[in-house]
Amino acid sequence: MKVVNYLIMIVFCALMIYASLGLPNRGDAYADLNKEKSLSQTPNAASYYIHNAKKDAKTENMVTVILADYRGYDTLGEETVIFTAGLVCFLLLRKEKKKNGKKKR
Amino acid sequence: MERKKDNPIVSLVSRTVSPFIMLFALYVIFHGHYSPGGGFQGGTMLAAAFILIRLSLGMEISQLQFKSRWATPLGSAGVLIYFGTGLVALLFGGNFLDYGFIPIAEAVAERRSIGILCIEIGVAIAVMAIIVSIYDDLLEGSSDD
Repeated sequence: MKVVNYLIMIVFCALMIYASLGLPNRGDAYADLNKEKSLSQTPNAASYYIHNAKKDAKTENMVTVILADYRGYDTLGEETVIFTAGLVCFLLLRKEKKKNGKKKR
Repeated sequence: MERKKDNPIVSLVSRTVSPFIMLFALYVIFHGHYSPGGGFQGGTMLAAAFILIRLSLGMEISQLQFKSRWATPLGSAGVLIYFGTGLVALLFGGNFLDYGFIPIAEAVAERRSIGILCIEIGVAIAVMAIIVSIYDDLLEGSSDD
């Protein structure tokens, strides 16, 4: 059984490495991902952000504009996730206070 | 478990370093418009400053700085600041979280910049309070709290 596990792992690794060979290089300006228009000849979102981020929000940091303005719902969700994690820790871990010398529950 | 409560070196170093961590955290939050940074990173650094004091000086003394029971209300206040910023834009005729409709400044770009700052502050407060709250909850069961 162990041999089959190793075999599956090696085949999967080989598949991943083969797939990663087809990716464009980092910062390749001529990759399909970074062109002005996508493969289906519609405008890319990334080029819109690069052109208009500073003009729209008067903020030099493009990443801040994308995170907080264009993708505001996403950041609201992230913050809610963190808040939920805190609430769950509060509910699970906090001990109940003793009242009149005996435990409440 | 035996634990030495008052080690002068640890307490002095942590008390000296903690305000500078807070100052740098505020810089990261408010300079997020121009450099890498923002609410999440700055809030985490603020929480690190509070947790440093909690680790070195113990739970009782650090309650003077930041009480455990403030943490959860402060976290909800941070989320409400974010939500309220979006709701103000909604009330003044825009979409939810469309900061161009917040009635503060004249130009739309200026308004968006201020809206981004508001939500970064909300995120920072929420992240800081929640991390401190998780630390306090985890420590609640230990013997020397």
